[in-house]
Amino acid sequence: MIANDWIQIFFSLTMVVLISPLVGRYLAWIYQSHHLSLERTVYRLLNVDPEKEMTWKEYGGAIVVSNGLFFVAGFLVLWAQAILPLNPRHLSPLTAEVAFNTAASFVTNTNWQAYAGEAQLSNFSQMVAITFLMFVGANTGIAALVAIFRGFTRSGSATLGNYWSDFFRFLIRAFLPACFLMALVHVWQGSPQTFQTAVSSKTLEGASQTLIVGPVASLESVKNLGTNGGGFYNANGAHPYENPTPLTNTLEFLEMGVFTFSLPFFFGRMIGRPRQGQVLFIVIFSLYLAGLGVIEYSEKMPNPLLAHAAIEQQATPFQDGGNTEGKEVRLGITQTSLFSNTTIAATTGAVDGAMDSMNPLSVLVYLVHMFLNEEPGGKGVGFAGLLKEAILAVFLAGLMVGRTPEFLGKKIESREIKLSALSLLVTPLLVLGLTALSVVIPAGKSSMDNPGPHGFMEVLYAFASGNANNGSAMAGLNVSTPYYAILIGVEMILSRFLPLLPLLAMAGALAKKKTLPETSGTFKTDTSLFVVLLLGFMILFAALTFLPPLILGPLLEHLSILHGVSF
Amino acid sequence: MKQKEVQNYGMYMEATLQSLAMLNPAKLYRNPVMFIVEIGSILTTSMAIYSVMTHSGGTAFGAMISIWLWLTIGFANFAESLAELRGKAQASSLRSTRAETTARLVTPVGFSHVSGSELKKKDQFVVEAGEIIPTDGEILEGVASIDESAITGESAPVIRESGGDRSGVTGGTRVLAGSLRVSVSNNPGETFLDRMISLVEGANRQKSPNEIALTILLVGLTLIFLFVVAAIPAFSSYSGIKSSPTILIALLVCLIPTTIAGLLPAIGIAGIDRAFRANVIAKSGKAVEVAGDIDILLLDKTGTITFGNRQAVQFIPVAGVSEKEVARESYFASLSDETPEGKSIVLLAAPMLTLKTPPGGLVPIPFTPETRMSGADSVEGEIRKGAEDAVSAYAGSPFSSDIKEIISTIAKSGGTPLVVAKNKKPLGVIHLKDIIKPGLKERFARLRKMGVTTVMVTGDNPLTARAIAEEAGLDDFFAQAKPEDKMALIKKEQEKGRLVAMTGDGTNDAPSLAQADVALAMNSGTQAAKEAGNMVDLDSDPTKIIEVVEIGKQLLITRGALTTFSIANDVAKYFAILPAMFVVAYPQLKVLNIMGLATPESAVTSAIIFNALIIPALIPLALKGVSYRPVGASALLRRNLLIYGLGGILVPFVGIKLIDMALVLLHFT
Amino acid sequence: MKLFGQSLRATIFLVFVCGILYPVAVTAVGKLFFSGQANGTLVRGSNGQIVGSTLIAQGFKDPKYFHPRPSAAMTPDGSAAQPYDAAFSSASNLGPDNSAQIKAMTDAATAYRLENHLLPSALVPIDAVTASGSGLDPDISLANAYLQAPRIAEVRHINPDRVKALIKENTSKPQMGFLGTSRINVLRLNLALDKQP
Repeated sequence: MIANDWIQIFFSLTMVVLISPLVGRYLAWIYQSHHLSLERTVYRLLNVDPEKEMTWKEYGGAIVVSNGLFFVAGFLVLWAQAILPLNPRHLSPLTAEVAFNTAASFVTNTNWQAYAGEAQLSNFSQMVAITFLMFVGANTGIAALVAIFRGFTRSGSATLGNYWSDFFRFLIRAFLPACFLMALVHVWQGSPQTFQTAVSSKTLEGASQTLIVGPVASLESVKNLGTNGGGFYNANGAHPYENPTPLTNTLEFLEMGVFTFSLPFFFGRMIGRPRQGQVLFIVIFSLYLAGLGVIEYSEKMPNPLLAHAAIEQQATPFQDGGNTEGKEVRLGITQTSLFSNTTIAATTGAVDGAMDSMNPLSVLVYLVHMFLNEEPGGKGVGFAGLLKEAILAVFLAGLMVGRTPEFLGKKIESREIKLSALSLLVTPLLVLGLTALSVVIPAGKSSMDNPGPHGFMEVLYAFASGNANNGSAMAGLNVSTPYYAILIGVEMILSRFLPLLPLLAMAGALAKKKTLPETSGTFKTDTSLFVVLLLGFMILFAALTFLPPLILGPLLEHLSILHGVSF
Repeated sequence: MKQKEVQNYGMYMEATLQSLAMLNPAKLYRNPVMFIVEIGSILTTSMAIYSVMTHSGGTAFGAMISIWLWLTIGFANFAESLAELRGKAQASSLRSTRAETTARLVTPVGFSHVSGSELKKKDQFVVEAGEIIPTDGEILEGVASIDESAITGESAPVIRESGGDRSGVTGGTRVLAGSLRVSVSNNPGETFLDRMISLVEGANRQKSPNEIALTILLVGLTLIFLFVVAAIPAFSSYSGIKSSPTILIALLVCLIPTTIAGLLPAIGIAGIDRAFRANVIAKSGKAVEVAGDIDILLLDKTGTITFGNRQAVQFIPVAGVSEKEVARESYFASLSDETPEGKSIVLLAAPMLTLKTPPGGLVPIPFTPETRMSGADSVEGEIRKGAEDAVSAYAGSPFSSDIKEIISTIAKSGGTPLVVAKNKKPLGVIHLKDIIKPGLKERFARLRKMGVTTVMVTGDNPLTARAIAEEAGLDDFFAQAKPEDKMALIKKEQEKGRLVAMTGDGTNDAPSLAQADVALAMNSGTQAAKEAGNMVDLDSDPTKIIEVVEIGKQLLITRGALTTFSIANDVAKYFAILPAMFVVAYPQLKVLNIMGLATPESAVTSAIIFNALIIPALIPLALKGVSYRPVGASALLRRNLLIYGLGGILVPFVGIKLIDMALVLLHFT
Repeated sequence: MKLFGQSLRATIFLVFVCGILYPVAVTAVGKLFFSGQANGTLVRGSNGQIVGSTLIAQGFKDPKYFHPRPSAAMTPDGSAAQPYDAAFSSASNLGPDNSAQIKAMTDAATAYRLENHLLPSALVPIDAVTASGSGLDPDISLANAYLQAPRIAEVRHINPDRVKALIKENTSKPQMGFLGTSRINVLRLNLALDKQP
């Protein structure tokens, strides 16, 4: 690695560490202060009473019904694109299954894309379906997370707060303003922002070229700030219009991290134990750092299979080198590693290089990040998953100190374990089950773009991404077929709501419990020991669940490359 | 019950037979993890038999795996049976002590002789010196000294009498002196002992809350591993690898938490059994488990923290009087005083006196509630001793500031001042002191490290209470408490989400005992107290609750530690079996065989043998319990994580490698 | 039912605010301050005709121009390769152990050496034989540019040093001194070439 790589990494990590606590504090203020008059106006407009407390069932019901309508709105726009305005190119509507897949994908904050944006969506669809769903999907996650937090902040309470109030506070005080501001920065750096769609040009060699433009910048900021990840263009963040400069690349992955890495601090403030927040941050940041290290190493590694082709793969003063397949020259290996590690850890799913052409060890990291899906996790739900893992780890550890385990003053009993375990089952069942099905039946196999373990990884990656509500893809896999469009669409909805509702129920049960005072017999969860315990538990658990496919996928590919075996 | 442990080959034989009977799937389904192992065993056995019939090869390997799968279930069943039998052996040896007694049943016309085991609740019987009490009951009439050594192991006789808080008698104990009329408190088969026996027998055993939570987690893990293994054939088929059903079943059994699932029932039974060995009869497994959880321990001062009586430690004269003079007058005033305090005054004063001849015409004046003083009259005049206010009233004039200061100093130090006056003139003060039982301070410190707050409840004034609480090393005290205050205190703490434990023996303790989360009743106590508590201490030692707390904690720790160990073991088993499955098709995966196991078959066999053998290897630990050290939660966790977490990852690597080497030596590969 | 009504109102409200009002506001302000970028960073020729965008690669084939990196742009269903088509951005999505990909890269390196008259043992910069992430990467590495310079000079009959000087002039350093890599924007360099007398 050259000095510049270290500087870029150090700079980016420092930014994350500096910004996150401040944003966490701001988020806590948002949820611990009174309504703004603007918010009251909105509540009046929507005919909701922001003071009405909801039980976990009412809260969950509000999430399901409102998201159901968001989904329908998005689906209708995509499906009826041909008759809607702002479509001078007369693009045909998406097929019903791809429209379903897309609406499901964006409402669940996954942003899996079974379509190519610039070729298939009108500017109206990009705004009213895509940008809209990006806002509400992310916002729902934050609201759900706040409700889950209240399971810990409240004592002897039957309710978890008001969904609408939780939804609009974040939107009005943080999300919309931040998106607006960053959108302008993206315009400044070169992202188009216009209602035009196609610009014809004549190249220097006299050929005609059609440049596709549109409201890109406004989509770009919410794509990243909302850890959404669905690009305006098919190439996503690799496209020079979405990510014109190294600065926008850095800003984009910082945007992804700004709300997600602040969640532990937010949590710590909400429960009145800032130290607990710091400890949880250390847990997710350690996983993030470890992932970054492996990716950077793996992508800089020369490919032994190219040894005889007389290709310069190393970094020299005149080139960045490394695995440049699917990467952009302006970004280089380090910017791409930082971006891809963040996009997976934060379950954004935006990419600034082709995941399908990454080296196997990098893909291993992506897969493990997605299997963990709680560091720092997508808007809200990922962090809730971390709390779930913490509860299970504390349960085992708590037994080992000789008391009924407690987490943050709440006794962990059979109901919590039941709900956590239920939520825990979803990932292995969906990812392993759907992958197993798709790698044997022709409908699944025919979509693969690469042979051997790499093809296997494409399918595994697709279902892991859908399950983690990540949305990135090893895009060689053709997922616009009805088989994948419907299967992944259903998977995304199940993966979003099946773990979420048990966690809400658990929060409901926790809120009812008394918060117990700490004694010297209580296992403290704001210590380095807890960091080790939780990390150990998470890694052990993910390894035990996913070791077989990881061996037959990335590890087999890595060892094959080292042994000079290609497929 | 301090009998020798009943452990012999007979018990192992019986446990073996019982574990075979438990192979019945209708019984085994109660343990879902083991039930899955059984299904797997049936499948691999059928496949092995099929391969014999069709000569399709791989029979030896299939048979080997099948045998070890059946052994896995057998070992788990053996653990449970052994724990049950040990508990039962304890209980029945105790029960046998009173099987053949005859009782004199009180009938409307006199007595009739019946067998002790026929006595029903509310029956009344009479028992006299030299006889064995046929069953548990409450004394209606009479007072007796009783030898309870048969159950408590204590040789010193105890006094039991009607009316007070020492009215309970236990079946199997012997009346040494006196005679009693007793009302039977339980129907046959419902005594504490009987309940205890059914508690250790699997049939009636209720799972405790933590056990339920853990079982759910284990079932969840089992389901996940089921998904994991079920997906492998598809993954393998894509990669062009043929998968063997026998190896898949072996992998599944290795991954699902068989170790903890096999030992979980034994751990629970052993916990109750450990309480039993400490002479505590728990009415439910939950009671023992909750004991590990308690936050606050309420302790009565008198009898629990201090000996039941106070002792004179010092004579403090007023100005102008010598210490010797006070000692002399106190001595004569107390010569006929039979109370422990009186005796201690005589004992303290005696060495100070040169002449012990009593003055002429010494007549003892007993304590009366009206005067609240005692003393003696003689030719020298009246000597009186009593509490400050009583003597002050007797003297007819307020005390000098001098004597008042002495009194307040004593009170502040936790002592009781007793003023001595001669002919209405105060001479000095006797310092009576509560004597704290030895060793308590260390025990309370131990409790503090466990996170248990100790609170002393006493009727004394706050000043005295504070001094005693400090001396005994208690965290807090509750002074001038009336019986109903105790109840309020428990409720208040429970409101805050705390779990409260207490001990008690009196009828007026019963409501509080019923309210407390862990209530240890003294066997010497009233029937009402014993009914209200959820545990009975046969030794009637109030500090026994501390042991119970440790037993409860040990129970939870053992479960957590073995679960962690069981899950951590999976890593090594993966590294044994997965390379065995894949390496033939992809030699480049050979680096994953980090243990360097000889062949794919030997790798799988070694893993499954390790998985089976680890269960009997851990039975002693499950029965004995993981040792508990009160070093604070974090230190304890660090230690247990290292031993059972890290150890759980490393041990099987060594174990599987050793088994593999043995298999190679024995040419089993 | 009340919940449904609230959700319906919220959906309509949010579609309007997030789907319409927000992009319109960004467009208004963006166009006001950054009009050039908002329209796509377009470059106009001497006659006012749009000749492209400096952000989007053009598929230069003529030996007198610097060539961009290979492009794997294709139609969304992958049915037809459309290299450098700005309406279809895409990467190759081929894995590092894909034997077809290894062969393609080996062939591309050989072709590159032939085209630029390099020795068979000369190392080819990896960006010259790998497809970019977007298929529209406007940049190439310095090594790639310098290796093409002799060919340009030969075809255009200008001094190779002049070409190298142009490369140097058109080198973009890492942004803010440390972000990203040093690189050459192909369109800008070719425009500069064309301006040469």
